[in-house]
Amino acid sequence: MTLLITVIAAVVATILWYTNEQRKTYKLGTLALMYWGASLMWFIDFVFEYAELKAEYFNQAFADILNDTLLGVSVVVLGLVAWVIILLIKDPKGVLRK
Amino acid sequence: MACFLVPAAEAVVVTAAYFVVKKKEQKLQAPKLSGASGIDQEEKKITWSKRLSWLLALLWGGVFLLAFEHFWHGEIVPFPPFLTAMSNPADAAEMFHEMLTVGVSMAVIVTAAWGAICAIVSANVKKVNAAKPVKDK
Repeated sequence: MTLLITVIAAVVATILWYTNEQRKTYKLGTLALMYWGASLMWFIDFVFEYAELKAEYFNQAFADILNDTLLGVSVVVLGLVAWVIILLIKDPKGVLRK
Repeated sequence: MACFLVPAAEAVVVTAAYFVVKKKEQKLQAPKLSGASGIDQEEKKITWSKRLSWLLALLWGGVFLLAFEHFWHGEIVPFPPFLTAMSNPADAAEMFHEMLTVGVSMAVIVTAAWGAICAIVSANVKKVNAAKPVKDK
């Protein structure tokens, strides 16, 4: 679930980057790359776990799925927080310097 | 357990390389800005510092979010030895094995993805540059 939620966040961020004219100002590329980086790493984690557990990997308890979902949502929120911090530090519109 | 430490090590090396490359590019760029060079300013170019900044975003983003996941699962603690697997030799051996397999694979796939991004962008920039003189006429 964590991988799935992070991939969804990466796809949404990429669509925003592609469609938004102010992609450079708002550092949307950085946000998309952050989520893609994490998605690729979790994909490798999934491949190794799947190789070990095979089909058993998909037979998870509801509590585990819920925990993974909560983790995925937290990861997306943390990614957004990191992006906002980067945006405020770089301050491309000079709002904080005014 | 601590697989993210391998991409983290790569991220540290790439960060250092980024600053070195950026400094070199700024030195090369200075005469251009003052107009002393006759190098074509119109030609689009993707600098190496720009390319490395993409790899940095991929690596640091992934490392940061994976570190949080490890913290969530109690594999990282805010006090020594920081990695819970380090508290006994059996877990530490398993952790090093995971770093060598999963961690190295993570670093390789992220670097490969970055290589693919650079190749696609370079091909597109070449297309734009090749089409420019025709457009100007």
